[in-house]
Amino acid sequence: MATEKFPGRFESLAGIRKFVSAAAEDAGFDDKEIYAVELAVDEACSNIIEHAYGGEGKGEIICTCNDISNGLEIVLKDNGVKFNPAEVAPPDFSIELEKLKPRGAGLYLIHQMMDDVAFKFSSESGNELRMVKRKVN
Amino acid sequence: MEITTTEYKRCDVVKTIGRIDSYTAPELEEALTGLTDRGRYKLVLDMTDVDFMSSKGWWVLIETQKNCKRYNRGELVLTGVQERIRDSLNLVGMGSYFQIYDDLLSAVANF
Repeated sequence: MATEKFPGRFESLAGIRKFVSAAAEDAGFDDKEIYAVELAVDEACSNIIEHAYGGEGKGEIICTCNDISNGLEIVLKDNGVKFNPAEVAPPDFSIELEKLKPRGAGLYLIHQMMDDVAFKFSSESGNELRMVKRKVN
Repeated sequence: MEITTTEYKRCDVVKTIGRIDSYTAPELEEALTGLTDRGRYKLVLDMTDVDFMSSKGWWVLIETQKNCKRYNRGELVLTGVQERIRDSLNLVGMGSYFQIYDDLLSAVANF
């Protein structure tokens, strides 16, 4: 298990990706799977900064990587406002270009990239996002 | 991230090197808006050396594409998109809004 704290700023994203990609590599994932983990975590942390904290420099992101028997579990914690995934409509990319609104793609990508995605909130500890990536073989 | 812009007779080529995320996407937005603000709407984004792209980056490209295609005055096309980036683009469903060329020459020749 490895845990690291990052300031809730967009410039932290590169360091967070590096942290989780090293864990994914150690867990034995291939390049494509490592990229999927990096992308899911990047999208999740961008959402934390933008939506849970409502901007940069408002709090920390605590990232934990746990080796599990058939893959990797990543837990992200923040102390921002409650995130309710049910309130985020999935993006509709069947509509014409002019009508596209920039929202919802991050959460959708997270679900596509990871095998398990679970959000939890408590007033004491804030938001917790648990994601699992499993090995194919 | 590094961005260089080269003006050709028929279009402009924007070459980006590095990783496009929520931190660096505003730089890309600035470079692309700098072109469209000057009436340059025929654009090629060379992504050969882009090894990471989050949805924030795609939204910058979507907004640029809207601007370019308005009144049929141009288009933003992509080239050199690495397989894993292309996969995530198609997975999220944004792929249909962009023409992707395998090489820069074909992308430029499109205009």
